[in-house]
Amino acid sequence: MPDSHDFSGVPRPAAAGVARSGVGGSAQGGAETSQPAVEFRDIDIAYGKFVAVRDFSLSIRKGSFVTLLGPSGCGKTTILRSIAGLVDISGGQIMIDGQRVDDVPIYRRNIGLVFQSYALFPHKNVFDNVAFGLKYRNVPKPEIARKVAQALEMVRLPGSEKKLPSQLSGGQQQRIALARAIVFEPQVLLLDEPLSALDANMREEMRVEIKKIQKQTGITAIFVTHDQEEALSMSDRIVVMNAGAVEQIGTPQEVYEAPATAFVADFLGKANMLAGTVRRSGQGTAVLLATGQTINVASPKPLADGCKVTVVVRPQKLSVGAAASANRLPGRVVSASYLGGSAIYEIDIGGKASIRANAPISGRLLREGEAIDLGFDAEGCVLLDEDGQRIS
Amino acid sequence: MKARRKQEGRWAWRLTGFVTLCVYIFMFAPIVATVILSFNASMFGGFPMTGFSLQWYGKLMANEQVLTAFRTSLWIAVVTAAVTTAIGVVTAFALVRFEFPGKQALSTLVILPALVPETILGVGLLVLIKAIDQPRTMLLLVLGHILLAVPYVVLITQARMVGIRRVYEEAALSLGASRFSSFREITLPLLIPAVVGGALLAFTISFDNTSASLFWRPAGVETMPTQILSMLKISISPEINALGTVMILVTVGIPLLGGLVLQSLTRLKRRGEPKEEAR
Repeated sequence: MPDSHDFSGVPRPAAAGVARSGVGGSAQGGAETSQPAVEFRDIDIAYGKFVAVRDFSLSIRKGSFVTLLGPSGCGKTTILRSIAGLVDISGGQIMIDGQRVDDVPIYRRNIGLVFQSYALFPHKNVFDNVAFGLKYRNVPKPEIARKVAQALEMVRLPGSEKKLPSQLSGGQQQRIALARAIVFEPQVLLLDEPLSALDANMREEMRVEIKKIQKQTGITAIFVTHDQEEALSMSDRIVVMNAGAVEQIGTPQEVYEAPATAFVADFLGKANMLAGTVRRSGQGTAVLLATGQTINVASPKPLADGCKVTVVVRPQKLSVGAAASANRLPGRVVSASYLGGSAIYEIDIGGKASIRANAPISGRLLREGEAIDLGFDAEGCVLLDEDGQRIS
Repeated sequence: MKARRKQEGRWAWRLTGFVTLCVYIFMFAPIVATVILSFNASMFGGFPMTGFSLQWYGKLMANEQVLTAFRTSLWIAVVTAAVTTAIGVVTAFALVRFEFPGKQALSTLVILPALVPETILGVGLLVLIKAIDQPRTMLLLVLGHILLAVPYVVLITQARMVGIRRVYEEAALSLGASRFSSFREITLPLLIPAVVGGALLAFTISFDNTSASLFWRPAGVETMPTQILSMLKISISPEINALGTVMILVTVGIPLLGGLVLQSLTRLKRRGEPKEEAR
């Protein structure tokens, strides 16, 4: 498998007027690295009266892998389609490599698009599918053959040129779709939930594959998904979206460990949310929970007495049983799901909703109805204010 | 008990078979009779057969009137098929892929000629021509046939068009193909079965048409069906049976042939295509 790909000499569609990127994406000059590959400036997108996206701004570094994550209907796919030119924006600007593309028709934007449903042309064989983009860039025939072979090699399906899409499995079809989207070295690779049509095993494999190919080619990738695991495992940065607006932008770790809002905390990893009131602030803040217990948490700044807060605790940060921790809450096991190495317990501590704890199994699996202690460290949680924003 | 039920089942099947057979006989007996009698040696176009003969076909070949009518019908049908298919494909594409004001009205109007009785349409067009003081010409006849065939072609193409997912076109566009190129390279090839099917249907509709043609044809021009009608006025000659057989051959044979060609052309097995998730 080739390590670097020589995509030089691929003429770009003329009217896009984009600077040629020379040999490979990573060989950019130092001056250009500061320029974002894709930039959104205050994008609004509306369908009639329905506003799908409002005030969306984002700048994406060259060669990075950015994921738009959110529930269905949050506007993530709409944003992806607006970069491609499949959706018109009603306000703002989209720049690709510093060039405004709002008025550039889709076929003149130099982007690679991978669809959820693969969208391989059913009447064309694998070669013609992959060669399609090159053909419209007036690449000479022998060059096309070489590049197609190279791309097929990269997606580990060499020699499949003569096959029809219908003769391939779902995973293979998606590999070909990926090859088709990157073979002409687009400025941006857009992936619209490319894994959700695949079965679970294939999904994991493709996750690794896509990430590897993205690294290898150094292409800027924007990935849309509603699957938090995909987002966390693949991305350099995650943009968490809800109802047409950005909730948080950060590295997977930032987004997971320090959710900026209640929505992010809940959407990524189903965190436990404990409502309470600040009782004493200083070194170590005491919070009186709605359920009656008092716990100690670490607050990044002093909080006023009587201030309403929500304590966010990840299921993984909870220990179940006798281990000593700063905070312990007595509770009762409502349900236990055995996962092999660990177990997920639903624990009732007297509140409306039960607490989820994901704890390694030491000794035996706890039984339903068993009374146990729930423990967590003061540092292991995040505080949200009344509006659901992180206190920092 | 079980045996009895089995017995009943068998009788039910026999009855079903019998009824089906009767329906088929009812449907095809006239056609079969026409074909058989066209080979009858007798002067009178009826049973019993007196011998096998091809003389009526010979007579047909020598009948200049019939040959002219056949040629007229043939080229009218070919022109109708070509024009109708072009109109149908473009209309169906617009109706399925685009949103525009008056779309609903257009989609109803396009289908309307298929719903209005042909005689009314025939008279209507004639009255219109008279009102604007134009002569009946071949052009009028062809236009009339196109009018009659367009609804069917639009319906067929539309049905197929709905099944062609938009992502194919979007993929082509994203790869650098212009809108026209993506239509030519992606949409049209995927639409081909409907295009060929529509063209064949339009051909048959035009070639078969009797009542509207009677209204619209220019003086002295006969199409095959009107020719048969005028021959019937004189006598039921066995020649008509031969002519009928030729008509059957053309109107049944051409679509059949087209279907076979199409089947061998489009071996697009569509398996394993995921359903697109609603956004």
